[in-house]
Amino acid sequence: MKLVRNGAFVEDDFIAVGDEDALPDGPAIVSLERWQAERDTLIARNAPIGVRLQSGQEPGSIAGDLDRIDLVALEFPVYRNGRAYSYARLLRERYGFKGEVRAVGNVLRDQFQFMIRCGFDALEVADNITPEIWAENAGSFSLFYQPSADGKETVLSLRQRLAARAREKATA
Amino acid sequence: MAQHTRKGAQFQALTANRLSDGIVVYLTADDRWSESLQDADVAEGKDAADALLTRATPSVDGNEVVEPYLFEVSREDEGIRAASVRETIRQAGPTVRRDLGKQAELSGVHD
Amino acid sequence: MYRYDEFDQQLVNERVAQFRGQVARRLSGEITEDEFKPLRLMNGVYLQLHAYMLRIAVPYGTLSSKQLRMLAHIGRKYDRGYGHFTTRQNLQFNWPALKDMPDLLAELASVEMHAIQTSGNCIRNVTSDQYAGAAKNEIEDPRIVSEIIRQWSTFHPEFSYLPRKFKIAVSGTPDDRAAIRVHDIGIQIVQNGKGEIGYEIYVGGGLGRTPMIGKKIAGFVPKEDLLAYLEAVMRVYNMYGRRDNIYKARIKILVHEIGAEEMTRQVEAEFAELRKAGTLHLPLEEVARIEAYFRPPSHEDLPDESTELNKAVLADRGFANWVKSNVAQHKVPGYAIVNISLKPIGGVPGDCTSDQMDAVAGIAETYSFDELRVTHEQNLTLAHVRKKDLFAVYEILKAHDLATANIGLITDQIACPGLDYCALANARSIPLAQQISERFADIERQHEIGELKINTSGCINACGHHHVGHIGILGVDKKGVEYYQVTLGGAADEKTAIGDIVGRAFTEDEVVDAIETIVTTYIGVRQNGERFIDTYRRVGIDPFKESLYETR
Repeated sequence: MKLVRNGAFVEDDFIAVGDEDALPDGPAIVSLERWQAERDTLIARNAPIGVRLQSGQEPGSIAGDLDRIDLVALEFPVYRNGRAYSYARLLRERYGFKGEVRAVGNVLRDQFQFMIRCGFDALEVADNITPEIWAENAGSFSLFYQPSADGKETVLSLRQRLAARAREKATA
Repeated sequence: MAQHTRKGAQFQALTANRLSDGIVVYLTADDRWSESLQDADVAEGKDAADALLTRATPSVDGNEVVEPYLFEVSREDEGIRAASVRETIRQAGPTVRRDLGKQAELSGVHD
Repeated sequence: MYRYDEFDQQLVNERVAQFRGQVARRLSGEITEDEFKPLRLMNGVYLQLHAYMLRIAVPYGTLSSKQLRMLAHIGRKYDRGYGHFTTRQNLQFNWPALKDMPDLLAELASVEMHAIQTSGNCIRNVTSDQYAGAAKNEIEDPRIVSEIIRQWSTFHPEFSYLPRKFKIAVSGTPDDRAAIRVHDIGIQIVQNGKGEIGYEIYVGGGLGRTPMIGKKIAGFVPKEDLLAYLEAVMRVYNMYGRRDNIYKARIKILVHEIGAEEMTRQVEAEFAELRKAGTLHLPLEEVARIEAYFRPPSHEDLPDESTELNKAVLADRGFANWVKSNVAQHKVPGYAIVNISLKPIGGVPGDCTSDQMDAVAGIAETYSFDELRVTHEQNLTLAHVRKKDLFAVYEILKAHDLATANIGLITDQIACPGLDYCALANARSIPLAQQISERFADIERQHEIGELKINTSGCINACGHHHVGHIGILGVDKKGVEYYQVTLGGAADEKTAIGDIVGRAFTEDEVVDAIETIVTTYIGVRQNGERFIDTYRRVGIDPFKESLYETR
């Protein structure tokens, strides 16, 4: 497993903590169940905290606490299960979450760009993914028809700008 | 996986699709892949069939074929015949286009 | 019709480049079949019984003559000289090699065509009415929103890994030629009291293992909100559609399980948020830009009666029959809609050779403003032909075995490729359709029978849409032998209905006789020239059950 954050391969500072494990001193990621059970303790810790949501655990369940949470890990149990694309967009666009949204689980290279567009800024990728493979797949397409969490300019917007410029030229 | 063969089938052959062009092929006794069922290695009994299936692995790993599986055949006077309608069609080509597929070279398969 | 701008073209080119890289990596072994399979599916490449199959998208069924010529060329260069038009208005080639796909797709891209999202658990080709822009009672050309939806759904980052495939259809007239009520989302264009255009939304229709008719969940979505509404439906489906069982993963199951009311509530809640956010608001400027591509062609000012046509009808019996069944009324005087039958007697329904494609492309270019349509009933349509040109068109079609005068009649059947081609099939469908066609070949008899749609599917996946055939035939496998189960009373139009199973399945030898018995029974009880489907709705299944099974 390698971690790519904002396009760079980095060491993972977060530790994934099981429900019965002792909490480390530093950054930790816990399950939703543990977050709900030990919320106050986890907030009181003087260290970044992340919550891992499984397929079926919607971001709405932690929406009220997002200002206390540093990271949300969204699980893809199998690459075919695309629920987390919606969860990521909701985190970013509906709940305004500014922390790290991390893709974990079965993450394939052909999904890198879709995930980024949906608001993931960190992905746990397979060991054989090199910076070249990352760059190629994260940048498969340079244009986008539909608006998404990445706020990237859409083809529609490009068309409108072109049309406006053409009108300006015509009236100049 | 042997999904197209009857339980207790006595004779089985191994088929797959060629990766590069998807064409149906059969494993021969000397581990080549032939487009003709008549060249297929026929296994008798379960143990021989399992061994036959295993022999496909290098070709899968070597990116020569995809989706190998065992299927039931019988040895007739005219040659090796697939037991099921599906595999007969697969062996010879669409019944509705006798000019296409390998049946163009094999006569009498669909009769 | 729509023409790509630089952005549309660039996206398709980037996809071709991406797939070229993926194919190269697969052939070299850098990626395994397991890793490659979802990629090739998203590019419409299936592994079928005999070879790979490529499904090329024909957006809302519209093609230019240039595009059709390219399809003919591809058929010759990369395949075996023919293609198959499907029940979703797409084209399938049955024999392309994987190693040739990148070049094939590059050639397609050069004429603004692709195979994007024609397979996989994503939003598929948006289908529509083959009479778009020509039908008398059209409220709005349905291809305008179809194109808008096509763009919005292409490479949608949130909806590329849905629980299952997703199919959308749009109808622009009160009579539904797009089967919208058996689609995951069906869109009916309507006009309110103020003359404004809006959209009725149906959700959860579908065929296959569990056929269901879509439920109306919205009565009037304004144009500028349409994408936000669709995104709301998709998001609810993406989040709540079942992921545990592929046979229960379509949106129709979700609607069935939570109910239409709850579905509506959830969609409306999400829609309200999306509308508030405003990012999917459709600017009138963009709608106008796309509308411009679908403005009617420059029709001549002609009298509605054509003396040339009238003379030719009197002079040529074959032509007269063809006009009667294959030519439909156009909204502009002096013009007509021509339906080209791809169901020659004894032929393979929906198949078309490269030579035939070239011939049709030539006719479209000369006689129909360069454009033609593919229908979901596996035929072709030329939407704008001058009445005075009908005989000339007929002669060319006839020379290419494309003038079978059977549109809507019993030999105009729909059949999936079935076990002759498809790895999923349990039984053959095409030979059955051929036998039925030959049995009922006599043109006088066909007219006596009248409108009767027979749909045959080779397996429960129902690609032949047998559930909505007036007579539906489903091929099944019983202990290695092909059997055929018959349903009656299905319909795919605005009175959509799922057919009723008539009784135990028939063998291949029995089923054609069974169809004959059904037809004879119908003619025996029909009143006032009722169509088969009207008679069935009046008398029900019993008379047919009795005739078919009483001697058993």
